[in-house]
Amino acid sequence: MNFEFSDEQQLLREQARGFLTEHCSTSAVRAVLDGDQDWDAALWQKVAEMGWTATVIPEAYGGLGLSYYELAIIAEEMGRSAAPLPFSSSVYLASEAIQRFGTEAQKSAWLPRLAGGECVATVAMAERAGRLALDRLETRRSGSQLSGTKVPVADASIAEVAVVLARSEAGLEACLVPLQQAGVSVEPVLTFDTSRGHSVVTFDSAEAEVLGDNTINPEDWESLLDGAAVLLAWEQLGLAETALTQARDYALQRFAFGRAIGSYQAIKHKLANMYVKNTLARSNAYYGVWALAEGSDELPLAAATARVAAIQASTYAAEENIQTHGGMGFTWEFDCHFYLRRAKLLSLAIGSEAVWQDRLVLALAAQPAAA
Amino acid sequence: MDFNDTPEEARFREEAASWLAENAPTDETFRALTPLQQAKVWQKRKYDAGWACLGWAPEFGGRGASAIEEVIWRQEESQYDLPANFFLIGQGMIGPTLMAWGSDEDKARFLPPLASGEEVWCQLFSEPAGGSDLAALRTRAEPDGDSWVINGQKIWTSGAHYSDYGVIVVRTDPTVPKHKGLSYFYVDMKAPGVEIKPIKQLTGDSDFNEVYFTDVRVSDSQRLGEVGQGWQVSLTTLMNERAAIGGGFGQMDVSLAMSVAEEVEIDGRPALEDSAVRARIANWYVQEAGLKYTGYRSLTALSRGALPGPENSIGKLVGAPKMQAMSSYLMDLLGASGAIADESLAAKAGIIQRAYMGAPGLRIAGGTDEIMANIIAERVLGLPQEPRLDKGIPFNEVPTG
Repeated sequence: MNFEFSDEQQLLREQARGFLTEHCSTSAVRAVLDGDQDWDAALWQKVAEMGWTATVIPEAYGGLGLSYYELAIIAEEMGRSAAPLPFSSSVYLASEAIQRFGTEAQKSAWLPRLAGGECVATVAMAERAGRLALDRLETRRSGSQLSGTKVPVADASIAEVAVVLARSEAGLEACLVPLQQAGVSVEPVLTFDTSRGHSVVTFDSAEAEVLGDNTINPEDWESLLDGAAVLLAWEQLGLAETALTQARDYALQRFAFGRAIGSYQAIKHKLANMYVKNTLARSNAYYGVWALAEGSDELPLAAATARVAAIQASTYAAEENIQTHGGMGFTWEFDCHFYLRRAKLLSLAIGSEAVWQDRLVLALAAQPAAA
Repeated sequence: MDFNDTPEEARFREEAASWLAENAPTDETFRALTPLQQAKVWQKRKYDAGWACLGWAPEFGGRGASAIEEVIWRQEESQYDLPANFFLIGQGMIGPTLMAWGSDEDKARFLPPLASGEEVWCQLFSEPAGGSDLAALRTRAEPDGDSWVINGQKIWTSGAHYSDYGVIVVRTDPTVPKHKGLSYFYVDMKAPGVEIKPIKQLTGDSDFNEVYFTDVRVSDSQRLGEVGQGWQVSLTTLMNERAAIGGGFGQMDVSLAMSVAEEVEIDGRPALEDSAVRARIANWYVQEAGLKYTGYRSLTALSRGALPGPENSIGKLVGAPKMQAMSSYLMDLLGASGAIADESLAAKAGIIQRAYMGAPGLRIAGGTDEIMANIIAERVLGLPQEPRLDKGIPFNEVPTG
C-alpha cells in the first residue's frame, strides 16, 4: 500500500506553497478583485517561469512531461491562495483538449506556447442557463466558419484562443477559434467573482478549425471533463483548507462572554464538521488523481466522487468560515469572501453538484464491483 | 501511488491467506457450537499457530508483527465467515493497558490466556453518573489492610456476563478534584458481591449489562498504577478504544442502497432513475469512499512507521450517522412495507430495519458523536476545552443534578 505522494512531489508542494505565499498574498488577490484587471498578469508570467503551465504537456511539445500527481499538487496550492489566474481554463481544460483531440499540427502550433505561458487558452461550453446538453448545442460550424453565442466563458478576455464546443452536420465538435479576429466579440459579463474575468463571446462567421479534424465522441468529452473535475477538486480542496484555517485562527483569537469562541461546542462542532468534510474530500481527491494519473477505468467514478466531495467541502468551509467570523466575515475588508466566491465559482464550472451526483451513480451502476 | 503490497507485505499476506485457507473452521460440528464457544475454539486455534494478537511480543502470545501486518491479517481474516469477536475489548484495549501498567507477574499470568481466548475480559468504566464525563464516576474503593473494598454500580458493560475478569476505575479519594481521586484495578468477575444484570436495549437484544459491586474485596496487588493515578491508566485503555471500535457498519453500504433503489419504483420507474435518490446515494458514496481512502492513507502512514492519531475519530463520526440516515431513507423508498421487520417478508431480510434500530446505539457507544467532534476540535484543530465548573474543586463538593 502506497497511497501517498512521493518525497519529490512533497518537495514540489513545499516549493509551490512558498512561492504562492510570497507572490500571491491575499493583498494580491484583493488587488485583482478591487481593480479593473481580469487576472494577475505578472503572477502568470512567474507561474509560467516556474513551469507550472507546462506540467503535464509532453516534452515533445515543450512541456515538462510530468504526471497529474504534480499538477494536482499545484492545483491545491493555487486553491489555497485563491490565485487570480486562468489556470483551470488554460491548463486543466484547453491544453488538455488540444493534447487529447488535436492534430499533430494543432498540437505543435499551440502546446509549446501554452506550456510556456506565452498565451492563455480557454474552453467555451455553456450557452444558456441549465445543464449543458451536448446534443442540443446551438453554436454551429459550417466550413471554416463558426457562429453562435457562448456565455459565460471564463477568462475569454485574456485568452488568445478558445476551444469552442459546437455542432456541425457531422455532429459534436470542438473547434479552435482565435479570439482576436473580426468575427468574434468578447464582452465582459459581471460575475460574483471578479478575480476571474468572464465574458459573453459571440461568434459571427468566425474563422475556426475543427480540433482533430473530426467529430468528438461525447464520451471522450466527458472524459476530458473527468480529468478537469479531479484537478478542480484539488483546487477546491485548497480553498477549503484555507477557509478552515482562517476559521480556526479566528475562533482562537476572538473572545465572547469572557472566552475564546473556539471553546464553545457550537463553534467546535462546526469546525470539526469542516475538518471531516475536508478529510473526506482529500481522500477522494487522492483516489481521483490516482485514477487520472494511472489511466484507470475507474476514472468516471473517481472523478465524480472527488468533485462532489470537493464541492461540498469547499462551499461548506467557505460559508461556515464567514459564519464563524460573525459580522466581520460579511465585510469586504475581511478576506473570507474570496473563498466563498471562488468555491462557488468552481462548483458551477463543468457541471454543478447535481450533474456530478448523477454521473457518480451512473458510474457506480456501470461498475458494481467498485461499490 | 499504488494499492499494491510491498514484496514483504505480499509474502506476509500469502502466508496468512494460506494458513486461513487450511484452518478456517467450516465444519458442521463447529457450527453447532454456541457463538462464544465458536469464538473460543477459533481463537485458540489461531493462538496455537501464532496468529493471535499478532502485534504482541512472543512471550505474551503474539509474534511482534508490525501495524501493517496486523491490518493485512484482518483483511485476510475478514474474507471468511468467522464467529463474532468476543475478545475485542480485552485484546484491543485491556491487553495494551496491562502491558503498560501491569507488573511482570500480571503480564505473565494474564496476557497469554487473554490472547488465546481462554479468559475473556470486560471494561467497567461507565456509570449512571459518569458517561461522556467519565471522571465523574462514583463507585468507590476503600482500603482495608492490604486489600480494597468496592461498592457502586457500573453500566453499559459489554460482555460482563461471559467475562472472567474486568478492569475497573473507581474513586479512592472523594476529597480531591475528580481526576485526581481515581484508581484502577482488575477484578475477578466471579468474586463474591459482583452482580450482573443484562440491559434490554431498544433493539430487544442484550449486549450490555449493569454490574453492581457490593463489598467486593480486591487485593492491592490488583491495582494498576499508583493510588490516585487511575485516570492516566484509564486514558491508556481509552486511547486504544477508537482503534478497537472503528468501522464496522455491517451490510449498510452503498451497494445495498443501489440494490434497493433498483428494485423499488417511483411512478413506475426504478427509484435509481430519480435524481433526488441519486443525490442521496452519491452523498453516501462520497462518505463511504472518503472513509475507505482515508483508511488507505492511514495504512500508508502506518506502513512507514507512523502511529494512529485522533484523526481516526472520523470513522465512527461519519459512519454511524450515515448508517442511520441511509437505513431511514431506504425504508422511505420501501414505503409502508418499510416497516416490516419479519425476515421472511422484509426487503433484504430485515437488514435495513435492524440497522435503523441499531444506529442510535452506534452514535453513542465508544464516544458520542458530540464527544468525537470535541476530540477532533481539541486534539486535531487545537481549540480550547470548554471551561469546566468542576475544575479544581474536591469531588465531594461538586454540584450534582
